[in-house]
Amino acid sequence: MKDVVILAIESSCDESACAIVKNGKEILSNVVATQIEVHEKFGGVLPEVASRLHVEKISAVVEEALEEAKLSVDDVDAIAYTRGPGLIGSLHVGVQAAKTLAWAYQKPLIPIHHIKAHIFANHLITDLKFPLLSLVVSGGHSEIVLMSDEGSYEILGQTQDDAIGEAYDKVARVLDLGYPGGPKIDKLAKDGEAVYKLPQPKTEGIYDLSFSGLKSGVLQFIDRMKRKGEVIVDANLAASFQETALNEIMEKLLLAVDHYDVKQVLLAGGVAANSALRKKMETAFENRQEELVLPPLWCCTDNAAMVAVAGYFAFINGERGTFEQSAKPSLRVNEEN
Amino acid sequence: MKEIKARTIEDTNKLAEKIAMLLNGNGCICLSGDLGAGKTTFTKALGKVLGIEEVITSPTFNILKIYEGKHNLYHIDAYRLEGLKQDLGFEEVFEEDGICVIEWYEFVKDIIPQQRLEIEIVLDGEIRVFKIHGTSSRYVEIEGEI
Repeated sequence: MKDVVILAIESSCDESACAIVKNGKEILSNVVATQIEVHEKFGGVLPEVASRLHVEKISAVVEEALEEAKLSVDDVDAIAYTRGPGLIGSLHVGVQAAKTLAWAYQKPLIPIHHIKAHIFANHLITDLKFPLLSLVVSGGHSEIVLMSDEGSYEILGQTQDDAIGEAYDKVARVLDLGYPGGPKIDKLAKDGEAVYKLPQPKTEGIYDLSFSGLKSGVLQFIDRMKRKGEVIVDANLAASFQETALNEIMEKLLLAVDHYDVKQVLLAGGVAANSALRKKMETAFENRQEELVLPPLWCCTDNAAMVAVAGYFAFINGERGTFEQSAKPSLRVNEEN
Repeated sequence: MKEIKARTIEDTNKLAEKIAMLLNGNGCICLSGDLGAGKTTFTKALGKVLGIEEVITSPTFNILKIYEGKHNLYHIDAYRLEGLKQDLGFEEVFEEDGICVIEWYEFVKDIIPQQRLEIEIVLDGEIRVFKIHGTSSRYVEIEGEI
């Protein structure tokens, strides 16, 4: 079979990225320009600043990706890009860059859903085996997704309020740990024990998740202890929060794994870097039939290689986008183009 | 300023329904209150009235989420924008038809519409107190009718 080379662009949040991947597997280049340093000064991502930085960086990352791969745009088979979800201004920049390249070089355009890309990142590590279940956890997402084949996505459950990464950030802010909060709580929790009782999340849908009540629970707990004049051990609180949040995720995920007959279970998204979550996953799947895939950190955070992999599968399945399509900040995972 | 007490989620739903009816498809609501006061819960109730089927989740990470319904809902969370003075780039959202809900608006007071319905949610034990304040004649009228 002829090789398929995809050039992909990702700009949904604070990384401007371009990658070139052959046959959905071989990374020819994977360039990421991050804005984290700029946003750290403000304590978060600023939409207008973010899109301006994307405008400044996007051409450079595309050029660098081509140079590194020693290719010209003529050599690629299609241009894939993240259409949503994400920050609207940031998405627009990537979409325009992709459209411009596709127009100028007469290449097919392939719009990609950001979460699909995170799931397909695992294909860079090992072949995906369907049906599979993926736990997608990040600053903006907490979802359990069932894929019966490479083109079908069913969200079995999702957070009803805050994403897990967001709950981590907010609890970290209350504990004065700084931004981003996930890694800091993970680290602090190692020195503590989960001795504080926090409210267990409750949801209607059996696979749905919720972290807002837990976040409020932490605040109420701190208030209560203050009123009583008791001292809180921060490490114990971090451990208690983490234990409760991750148990919620593990419980729902295992319920889904028990119910659906799947070959693989994948972790995806930035919170996949959480050491306690990885440990829980390893323990839970030690004696199970399903193959557990825990991706390395470099492909969990936002990058364009994962968009190229998702783009590869879409391309060989004959999916094509149009020039009329624009960025869609609230794109649904199973939305038809 | 008007105070409405909500003891149950049904009370919150009723209030959201009333406000949605009075706004009649367009307007700006600014929500404040501590983490966990119930800002997102109120927005979810509002979304239901607007006929939005999607799950409304916290917009903190993406800053802005857009939901399509009978009337669009623009859900903004300025939690991560504290101290921001420059342009948000959200003018289109403020000018378009639909209802715009801004959480943590006190962080970006000067760069959002000056005409708005401000709602502060205060948790008093088990009771949620909604302190409602209109900043222009249109919103003062709405405040009066709630």
